Amino acid sequence: MTKKAIVMEAADNVATAVEKIEPLTEMILDVAGNRITVQVTERILFGHKFAIRDIPSGDAVFKYGEPIGIAQRDIKTGQHVHVHNLESRRGRGDKNPEPS
Amino acid sequence: MTFLGYRRTDGRVGIRNHVLIIPSVVCANRVARGISQLVTGTTWVEHQHGCTQLGDDAALTRRVLVAHGTHPNVYGIVVVGLGCETMRAQDIAAGIREACPDKPLRLVIIQDEGGSVKAIAAGASAAHEMVSGASCMERTPSDVSELILGTECGGSDACSGISANPALGVASDLLIDAGGSVILAETTELIGAEHLIAARAVNPQVAVRCYDVIKRCEDSAKSMGVDMRGGQPTPGNIEGGLSTIEEKSLGCIYKAGTKPLQDIIDYAMPVTKKGLIWMDTPGQDIEQITGMVAGGCHFVVFTTGRGTCCGSPIAPTIKVATNTALYEKMKDNMDVNAGTIITGDESVQQVGRRIYQEMMQVASGKCPRAEILGFNDFAIKRIGPSL
Repeated sequence: MTKKAIVMEAADNVATAVEKIEPLTEMILDVAGNRITVQVTERILFGHKFAIRDIPSGDAVFKYGEPIGIAQRDIKTGQHVHVHNLESRRGRGDKNPEPS
Repeated sequence: MTFLGYRRTDGRVGIRNHVLIIPSVVCANRVARGISQLVTGTTWVEHQHGCTQLGDDAALTRRVLVAHGTHPNVYGIVVVGLGCETMRAQDIAAGIREACPDKPLRLVIIQDEGGSVKAIAAGASAAHEMVSGASCMERTPSDVSELILGTECGGSDACSGISANPALGVASDLLIDAGGSVILAETTELIGAEHLIAARAVNPQVAVRCYDVIKRCEDSAKSMGVDMRGGQPTPGNIEGGLSTIEEKSLGCIYKAGTKPLQDIIDYAMPVTKKGLIWMDTPGQDIEQITGMVAGGCHFVVFTTGRGTCCGSPIAPTIKVATNTALYEKMKDNMDVNAGTIITGDESVQQVGRRIYQEMMQVASGKCPRAEILGFNDFAIKRIGPSL
């Protein structure tokens, strides 16, 4: 079966597209054996992520069942999740510079 | 299980039989290349180091150069120096001789030989005798448990953590089950996944070290005063869909399989234990390969989603494409396609077993693409300034 997007773990709130997905595409996703339906609202390129649940600003984005960063604004189900709305918590010399 | 390798007198086994030309200093690069160009069957390295280095930084460069000479994939060595450098070619040669007294070795000093032309002639004369000797050596059955694999992912994309890295994890587990050793490296690309690897540490001391090594790496990045993003993940990683270092790391760690973490060792230190070993290296691909090879890895399995061609001069480097589009587009540089996991045509286990079979064939002599195409990438980590 050809998969269009993959959800790695049950705790994840994003899916990874494994082909280009156009806006308004209805995606049927396998989340740990359960099928869910998500309408993608933006164009998602190969390898990029979209939200499979609403993610409020300040909440962690989960992939592989682990946090991969913090949502910088409210992200609605179906929206692209990437560097424009997701920030890392690690290696942030711009926020917590080490005393030199 | 056995493969066909070259038995060395120090007891180690090699999977290649190289005659290697090593410059001790950047000023000897041209002569090293000239020697290798004259003598078919040799390979060489070039680097930017070897002079005006101090302390631990100089020691690290020396360790890497000596370790490439003593590496079991190397039959004989020509060490080339200029004559006035900090990293004296005599010391590199002495380091190799001390560990491997039986290996053919020739020292060439450009200033003593009377210039680059005479130095190339002297080096080529010695190298061609070595190639003749190397060509007479036969491969003999050797146990798979003697193999050390270096794992690497570079030019990662969002498929790396879904296809190629989990499949490489299966291959890593298979080699460890057979009694071999596997190196996990690229410390930067474990930031955000350290709790997962620490939970697999063989004892509490190793677990504590996992967090210490990550903290030092992260503090070093933070000392630059900027967001790590852009350096890690790289612009290409980001274009491929990776948003943060955590996301990259969580995909990266799959290639280490599921076995207990036996130890953490410093950059370019020898791997002496069986099982899974973490070597503390930068995420920069070539510095990482060079460090792992200096640590004794026989070969590297390198997963890539964006597409990279690189290879060690002495350790065959096997490329695994994370997606079929890349495999088709850069077929000249790819050895195994893990994109079949994405399309649902193969399982992670199936591709993992294919990677392992490829490793066994390469150990016995099959040339991966990077080797056929002559990649001899080499870069040594620096920990001090040039003075």
